[in-house]
Amino acid sequence: MTMTASSLDITVDDISVTYSNAKLALYNASCMVMPGTITALVGPNGSGKSTLFKSIMGFLQPSQGKIRVGGFPVQKVQKRQLMAYVPQSDEVDWNFPVSVFEVVMMGRYGYMNIFRTPRQKDRRIVMESLERVGLVDFRNHQIGELSGGQKKRAFLARALAQEGKVILLDEPFTGVDVKTEKRIIDLLLQLKQEGHTILVSTHDLASVSTFCDRTILLNQTILASGTTQEVFTEDNLTMAFGGLPISSLRQMTGQMTGQSSHIVNRQTSQNAEVEA
Amino acid sequence: MIDVLTTAWNWIAEPLQYGFLRQAIWVSAFVGLVCAVLSCYVTLKGWSLMGDAVSHAVVPGVVISYALGIPFAVGAFAFGFGATVAIGYIKSKTRLKEDAVIGVVFTGFFAFGLVLVTKIPSNIDLFHILFGNVLGISRQDIIQTLIAGTLTLAVILLRRKDLLLFCFDPNHAKAIGLNTQMMYYTLLSVLALTIVTALQTAGIIMVVAMLVTPGATAYLLTDRFDRMLMISVAASVSACVLGTYFSYHFDVSTGGSIVVLLTVFFVLAMVFAPKYGLFAQRFRQRVYKKQLDEMSSPP
Ligand SMILES: Nc1ncnc2c1ncn2[C@@H]1O[C@H](COP(=O)(O)OP(=O)(O)O)[C@@H](O)[C@H]1O
Ligand SMILES: [Mg+2]
Repeated sequence: MTMTASSLDITVDDISVTYSNAKLALYNASCMVMPGTITALVGPNGSGKSTLFKSIMGFLQPSQGKIRVGGFPVQKVQKRQLMAYVPQSDEVDWNFPVSVFEVVMMGRYGYMNIFRTPRQKDRRIVMESLERVGLVDFRNHQIGELSGGQKKRAFLARALAQEGKVILLDEPFTGVDVKTEKRIIDLLLQLKQEGHTILVSTHDLASVSTFCDRTILLNQTILASGTTQEVFTEDNLTMAFGGLPISSLRQMTGQMTGQSSHIVNRQTSQNAEVEA
Repeated sequence: MIDVLTTAWNWIAEPLQYGFLRQAIWVSAFVGLVCAVLSCYVTLKGWSLMGDAVSHAVVPGVVISYALGIPFAVGAFAFGFGATVAIGYIKSKTRLKEDAVIGVVFTGFFAFGLVLVTKIPSNIDLFHILFGNVLGISRQDIIQTLIAGTLTLAVILLRRKDLLLFCFDPNHAKAIGLNTQMMYYTLLSVLALTIVTALQTAGIIMVVAMLVTPGATAYLLTDRFDRMLMISVAASVSACVLGTYFSYHFDVSTGGSIVVLLTVFFVLAMVFAPKYGLFAQRFRQRVYKKQLDEMSSPP
């Protein structure tokens, strides 16, 4: 079918989501993710990034609106293993008794028989996926034993094993060191070359312009969308990040890092005092 | 030495000459097996409270079954499963948190059962429903226990990987096109079936222990699901067999001794588990602190 051959787009048409505590998380959100691009979904904490992701993936039912992937309803696309999702770290039970290998193998379940017996091909693809993210040596570790960056890569490997054409990554760079971030970005760029459509949520503005073709700016609704250059205007960012001019925002983050290092210093000096 | 051996042998062999005890031992071992398997899923899914709810909710079903003369397992399953459906429905339609919904529903069902048991004339012994009565279990009840238990084991055996995925990451299950709604109800119905299985042995008060403790014990001892399953089964079956022996030798409640043993196993695991036990944690902390001291102290 044409659906599997070419890159797929995502169309979000007038979505509103209200949680059961009557909290309106998203309203009248409409946007489009172009096929074969890396698109950033940018917004401050609590702006509804995860909510939009979960709506696209069909994990929650919007109170209104419509979502299409490659022109098809989401469920149909999922049945064909075309959509992979890399969850935000705080949504995973890291104490669950599964190994890295087993987690990545879960990406293959959709291709297996009803008993989920892995075939040779499934094992091969799992190993290849592990190799691409550099976790082959960690395959027998329990998932909680991995570092922050390795955890992200393990779930990215699962998405690779699933061989989906559309990949959604919820905050893949949070709690990850610069080296891992670069590694993940390189992998995403490769995947784009292979024709995948990738949607990444982040609030790390600095890295977005380095690898994202397009950006969607979100705060409860879509504020702007287009090429990253078009979207990253002072005005837009001010609007998204809540009335603060962007220059002061940068100052604030600078101050914050300064402060935290100050705290660390004080703690070490306290320890030194105890020692003495 | 010989004396000790003979005493031990007699302790084991003597009860076996009674048919009802032989029967009680293998029935409770079977129940222990079924509960142990399910308890791994219950622990990992965080459904302990749900298990407690289902066990209490079956009471009206048991009473009505006896009144109508149908197998108790049928009524118990209907009400146990019905309660979980009610819980799911109320939770999705209100802003209440799940524990509140569970609390309301299961006490409601249980109270309804109490009212029925005191009003409908029958020869049901409320005490047996509450605390189990494996020593006096009837042939009929054994058959029902076996059917419910075998069904549970069969479903889990066939769907074990999907159920595990559902416990671990239901979103991913959905993302690969699996029917998570059906998995949810499958897991709930095997939960209800397991409770039906354990009803005669442990009674509704104690059944939650059999549904949680073996899995919780095993979870402290390993990071692999397959091993967790084996440890859980070993702990549960041995507690059931030994517990039945104790109840004969010391003339105490069977369900009670089984659960006391399970709890002892749990405490042992909690203290001595190689990685997650209290001792191991203490030891690790000490080693860690020592390393820190060595690093920070001047050469
Ligand atoms: N399960 C939930 N129940 C109620 N409110 C929620 C739930 N999940 C998220 N919210 C609320 O919806 C808003 C958007 O959340 P989220 O989509 O997680 O934002 P982001 O991912 O951008 O940080 C937040 O105000 C959050 O508190
Ligand atoms: Mg989020």
